[in-house]
Amino acid sequence: MSLLDVENLRTAYTVKGKTFYAVDGVSFSVGAKETVGLVGESGCGKSTLGKTVMRLIEPASGKITLDGHDIATLPEAQMRPMRRKLQMVFQDPYASLNPRQTIWQMLETPLKVHGVADPAERRRIIEAMAEKIGFPKASLQRFAHEFSGGQRQRIGIARALILEPELVVCDEAVSALDLSIQAQILNLLVDLKREMGLAFLFISHDLSVVRYISDRVLVMYLGKIVESADHATLWNSPRHPYTRALLSSVPSTDPAKKIGGAISGEISTKIPETGCRFRARCPIAEARCALEAPELKTLPGGNAVACHLA
Amino acid sequence: MSLLATDPNDRPRLRLPKSLRNPLFVLAVIVLLGVLVMAVFAAQIAPYDPLDMVNMPFLWPFADPSSPLGTDQLGRDLFSGIVQGSRATLLVGFSSAVLGLMIGTCVGALAGYFGGWVDIILMRVTEIFQTMPTLLLIIVILAIGNPSIPLIAISIGLAAWPMIARLARAEFLSLREADFVMAARALGYPTGRIILREILPNALPTLIVGASVLVANGILLESAVSFLNLGDPNVVSWGSLIGNGRTQIRSEWYLSALPGVATVLTVLSLNILGDRLTDILNPRSGERS
Amino acid sequence: MIPKPPVLELLKLEVGFPGAPIVKGIDLKIEEGEKVALVGESGCGKSLTAFSILRLLPQAARITGGQVIFDGHDLATLPAHELRRIRGKGIALILQEPMTSLNPVLPIGLQVAENILQHEKLSRRAAKERVIELLDLVGIPNPRERYTMYPHNFSGGMRQRVMIAMAIACNPRLLIADEPTTALDVTIQAQVMDLLEDLCSKLSMAMLLITHDLGAVAQWTDRVAVMYAGRIVETAPIAPFFAGPQHPYSQGLMNSSVDDGWHYSSHRLTEITGNVHSALGERGCAFAPRCPLAAPGCRETPPPLELAGPDWHVACYRRAEAMAPSPVAASH
Repeated sequence: MSLLDVENLRTAYTVKGKTFYAVDGVSFSVGAKETVGLVGESGCGKSTLGKTVMRLIEPASGKITLDGHDIATLPEAQMRPMRRKLQMVFQDPYASLNPRQTIWQMLETPLKVHGVADPAERRRIIEAMAEKIGFPKASLQRFAHEFSGGQRQRIGIARALILEPELVVCDEAVSALDLSIQAQILNLLVDLKREMGLAFLFISHDLSVVRYISDRVLVMYLGKIVESADHATLWNSPRHPYTRALLSSVPSTDPAKKIGGAISGEISTKIPETGCRFRARCPIAEARCALEAPELKTLPGGNAVACHLA
Repeated sequence: MSLLATDPNDRPRLRLPKSLRNPLFVLAVIVLLGVLVMAVFAAQIAPYDPLDMVNMPFLWPFADPSSPLGTDQLGRDLFSGIVQGSRATLLVGFSSAVLGLMIGTCVGALAGYFGGWVDIILMRVTEIFQTMPTLLLIIVILAIGNPSIPLIAISIGLAAWPMIARLARAEFLSLREADFVMAARALGYPTGRIILREILPNALPTLIVGASVLVANGILLESAVSFLNLGDPNVVSWGSLIGNGRTQIRSEWYLSALPGVATVLTVLSLNILGDRLTDILNPRSGERS
Repeated sequence: MIPKPPVLELLKLEVGFPGAPIVKGIDLKIEEGEKVALVGESGCGKSLTAFSILRLLPQAARITGGQVIFDGHDLATLPAHELRRIRGKGIALILQEPMTSLNPVLPIGLQVAENILQHEKLSRRAAKERVIELLDLVGIPNPRERYTMYPHNFSGGMRQRVMIAMAIACNPRLLIADEPTTALDVTIQAQVMDLLEDLCSKLSMAMLLITHDLGAVAQWTDRVAVMYAGRIVETAPIAPFFAGPQHPYSQGLMNSSVDDGWHYSSHRLTEITGNVHSALGERGCAFAPRCPLAAPGCRETPPPLELAGPDWHVACYRRAEAMAPSPVAASH
């Protein structure tokens, strides 16, 4: 049994009376202490998937099993103790911190809410956490807007880790940061993962970052997972044409290594009624791709791909 | 992106909030402080009881040093009237605004945070109150009860809250989706705590600015009620002074004009203060322009 | 053969807000048809530099010194009506946000046509034909039908194409692109950048690309200028630069970006410690507080840009040490 098991999860949105599924039948799992990357273009549903797993958005159907408990339909009151195990780091280090609270308040409230009644104990935990994230203790009484983006993201990480969760969903956690700061935060996440035995669901549109930090990667396109593979396989021999297109679009910092021709078209919000969702942009699509939706087939070795031709 | 995304910290903090250097704002604050001092120390400042006949009737302003702003048809001192009247006027203005702020915030917060049916029902109620003519609603309430300062304040507050409710709903609706509220939910904070401790402090500045307009409105409505002789006959307010001078408006116009000027100055100052309050209540003011 | 004068030359350009200088004396040359990247992190002044070329500065910001030479004119002091003739026609600008750069209540064809009619005497009909040609050129399918559509009918990538059509409408000699693909997905970025590169060579247009993405620099430009805290610290042709940058900041950037085949289990990213705020109030080299090689001398006066190779300039007192093989440089 894995730490997190997601089975056939769907999340519905209603736009102008029409229902569509931003997450449409997704299954995957995250093992204890494993980092699973979730990559895809904007609008593919990766962020919605993360928030649904967090139960910040209600799932339409499917199962979310955390440590053996199905949390997909748990009422909020019973969900609350489960939240200790499941935390989230947000993308925007500016919007994700309450501008009217001090850093101390932000770190202390979760402890209070989750029953750490002794103030001395709370102080000890907060100060230990500040030390872990490399945040000066003396600055804990200040407000978030007094800090730079990198420092704020450290605070966001501290807040997510203060309850010692087992799984942390990182939703574009380094995307808003400058390159030099991004490296600092990535290193910090790796250190914390080792120190605290964390598992990550690392959601990002940035392939280089996902490739660096993930043990296994899920590639998502229009609400479905099209490929799931361990990191080495995914970069060396991607199976799905979309994964290949994504990989070949990432500009290399080696000017001699010209990127392979860009794929045409753009991700659209219109989901085709039948067949493969990627076929309109797919360079190798056949007649059959328009009729039959490919299932996510597990390959020998545990990787999986959803393509008739892979 | 990088154009103006410079962190506030890397620019020298060389300024106070801009608003504090604005002469109009400074003037408004001086006026309001003056009125406040006047109301608090009315008993010490006013030379006479404003209901006592102390001098010759129809003394024009500056005609007699013992009644610097003149007297009315019964020889009552107008200066004392304005000073003493500021109490009732401000009391009604502020307490009606506080009441409106409380009702409006509760209704708007619940509607905005929970959405769905709660929102629909609360907003329909709000609309019912909003479509009723304000003055009429107040008059009906006063007609049922016995006109007194608390009842006037309550009736004005009851008529004024829908504006705050709409503001609060809009604020809660957008803040509910903010990342830091998501984070609070992810951390398992109870709903009450999210509403009161996470969202409300961020919505409050906007609501207080709205409430400053309510104070001004309250003062004007109190004037209107008193002008119509629906106020408490035993209490002097600026509105009752204006109403009292109505019959002499062609000859002794100062009887209505002077309390009128006091009302206008106060209301204007409140509006100016409200405009600038946004900057002052922003924790980042002075860093981001 | 007499060498052609550069398309654009920035001489000791200084831009800033009252009491807060942001761009502190920049020299930059862009040759005919050359694609130059201006790279740096947020707040380094790269966008302000780009906007100051056309004097499209935010309120309160001013050019406080230096020159912007284009076509024999100093744009920094040119009267507004003459500058307006250069905007769009001589130099065009593409912005980061394709969602907000277009007027939502006008059909896109009309917006492009309007731009042409501002600068050229054409009949409305001729302008329309030109626009359709342009839309076709930037890869918008069915340009004739799309002419009358509104921006909300277009996706982000398509809007950026419309913006590009608008920018190249009057055959500018220089295109300034401020983070043109930051808001776009990686597959769309590749399409848009390929298009820009293609247009540059077709229309023999020079490009100044403002970006923070080193990959985009390596793939789609000829020369790079690295900015830090308002100054250019290194400028070099792409190939030698990416083979081995000389300034410690450039090296730091390269090492902190994730490279092919790196994985957390086997490779720790090299951090540049601290953050850019440490440059505030620094008398000497702005990078010195974060620099692993900083010596006392670095804190005295800012280092000048010095020739460090063919067409390669570096502003660093410790260049010799920075180029010495070290564990940091070797791992790359």
